[in-house]
Amino acid sequence: MTLQQTLNSFRTGPDETGHFGQYGGRFVAETLMPLILDLEKAYTAAKADPAFHAEMASFHTHYVGRPSPLYFAERLTEHVGGAKIYLKRDELNHTGAHKINNVLGQILLARRMGKTRIIAETGAGQHGVATATACARFGLKCVVYMGEVDVERQKPNVFRMKMLGAEIVPVVSGSKTLKDAMNEALRDWVSNVEDTFYCIGTSAGPHPYPMMVRDFQSIIGKEAREQMLEREGRLPDSLVACIGGGSNAIGLFHPFLDDASVEIFGVEAAGHGVASGAHAASLNGGRPGVLHGNRTYLLMNEDGQIAEAHSISAGLDYPGIGPEHSWLHDTGRVTYLSTTDSEALEAFQLLSRLEGIIPALEPAHAIARAVEIAASKPKDHLMIVNLCGRGDKDIFSVAEHLGGME
Amino acid sequence: MTTRIDTRFAALKAEGRAALVTFVMAGDPDPSTALEIIRALPKAGADLIEIGMPFTDPMADGPAIQAAGLRALAAGETLHGTVDLVRAFRAGDQNTPIILMGYFNPIYIYGVDKFLADAKDAGIDGLIVVDCPPEEDDELCKPAMAAGLNFIRLATPTTDDKRLPKVLSNTSGFVYYVSIAGITGAATPDFGKVASAVARIKAHTDLPVAVGFGVKTASDAVAIAKGADGVVVGSALVDTVKRSLDADGKATSTTVSAVTALVSEIAAGVRSVKK
Repeated sequence: MTLQQTLNSFRTGPDETGHFGQYGGRFVAETLMPLILDLEKAYTAAKADPAFHAEMASFHTHYVGRPSPLYFAERLTEHVGGAKIYLKRDELNHTGAHKINNVLGQILLARRMGKTRIIAETGAGQHGVATATACARFGLKCVVYMGEVDVERQKPNVFRMKMLGAEIVPVVSGSKTLKDAMNEALRDWVSNVEDTFYCIGTSAGPHPYPMMVRDFQSIIGKEAREQMLEREGRLPDSLVACIGGGSNAIGLFHPFLDDASVEIFGVEAAGHGVASGAHAASLNGGRPGVLHGNRTYLLMNEDGQIAEAHSISAGLDYPGIGPEHSWLHDTGRVTYLSTTDSEALEAFQLLSRLEGIIPALEPAHAIARAVEIAASKPKDHLMIVNLCGRGDKDIFSVAEHLGGME
Repeated sequence: MTTRIDTRFAALKAEGRAALVTFVMAGDPDPSTALEIIRALPKAGADLIEIGMPFTDPMADGPAIQAAGLRALAAGETLHGTVDLVRAFRAGDQNTPIILMGYFNPIYIYGVDKFLADAKDAGIDGLIVVDCPPEEDDELCKPAMAAGLNFIRLATPTTDDKRLPKVLSNTSGFVYYVSIAGITGAATPDFGKVASAVARIKAHTDLPVAVGFGVKTASDAVAIAKGADGVVVGSALVDTVKRSLDADGKATSTTVSAVTALVSEIAAGVRSVKK
């Protein structure tokens, strides 16, 4: 009997110590421990307070632009000749990605806690932009840590954050990408414990972050579920989403985890290929370890030193993954695949040309596998792909890879 | 169970002075120079030695110790190498307590039980693992204590009276008070606040209390030694290693002596405070 068959529900985690099976936990320095316990307490109280949900719902409607549409990608579906492909269009949110869903929740919580200074890490810059946006909206000081390498390859987002009044700190330690930005944000938090709230951008980090970020992103799956029931009168047959830390994916997946008929696929970034060693596929090419406050699958060497991830997409360029995904991988509830840089570039162009939607490179990874899976399914198979970000930020780096714009 | 750490603190108490605890990074700037430095520390005045286990992502450390770890990793240091380093040191010194300090992942990957057995066998006396708070005691703290190693916990300015008993509950050897809410090698602490924090911790435990983070000079050490049972110096020493290196980052003839000179100076300060 598999573990999957022995569980009554996949939706009850984490336990009270912040674990999803063996994953998750609270591996932080003592200085931060009282802070994350406070955060957990504040979040538990907010979660039970209808006023908190009402405030969030109002901002979702009037500021973010939710619900995001569930769009039937007719020409993509025709092109593939298999399953009916729907796109959950979270790229239409204010700031252009799903990141704002989580940021809004955390900033409203920070306000309830009386915090006045917000720090964040960012890779592609989408989480940084969302955080800078919410901080501008609520008049909060915002400091964004971003690896120097990412500052260079995501210039439009750097400029947006500056326009929004955020201070950008280029991180020069380690590999100068997302993991190092997270280290630097943690160092900032340790040093500014009184007034500072750390707004983590993905469903990773110490408990309660993986749970809290998932809860805030679950709006994606809740809407998609209702929209599909309304459109087709039944649940989807499959879900596909890309995974870096995995917040857009867990947001789509979570409301469907107990629907056994729904096949669920997460797509990691395979970079130059998982076998090449230059990738960001923690589940397909890593093993369990402890980093950034949680136990989860990580890329590392035989001495436990963290490896540098590689992906064409700065947003997926992280050597770890949210702990709930590690657990869903081990239990077999979700199937985790991967997409290479060049496959993502092809999918980026395919969706642009067939649907008039330029996706971010992150969901282009999901599109690449979705097209393949859809081709193997019958025409009455209903698939939802999470289109979690738009590609404006990526056009220059894509142009560079494709040999310039003609 | 009495460890070398317990014995050393008891002896210094009888002597009427505080301990000097020195931190250097294993394998920095290369494995053999690191062994030379560690061998020279007791004679220079170190009472206990903390040895950093290099890690790629040291979240609680400032630039000096981050850089030291990266130098060590670049020179090929591994956790197995660090255990061997202590074994080599122990061959010539049976008394100086050795404490390994670092992060959990390399230990987790080594295998907790195997690591603890190897550490004990090599003559390691205690562990400080920054990202293992009391909430994760089942992971490493309890197995380490069962294996006969001290597990030394960090108490910080954010550890209030309500939380302190939890932090102290599975602590042994000594308590490491982090003098600032911050990273290693950062701002110089407010000595008045540190003294009252040490007094607060001592009201909860009979264990010795050592203070670290931000102690850079002999006069800092004197100020801390007045109230604490131990003074920890780390970033200042690894910075000294760095300054002694040549343009290619290699050890020079002054690397070991530069470190021992600073240790001697700070040790004289610590020893000048009589209790």
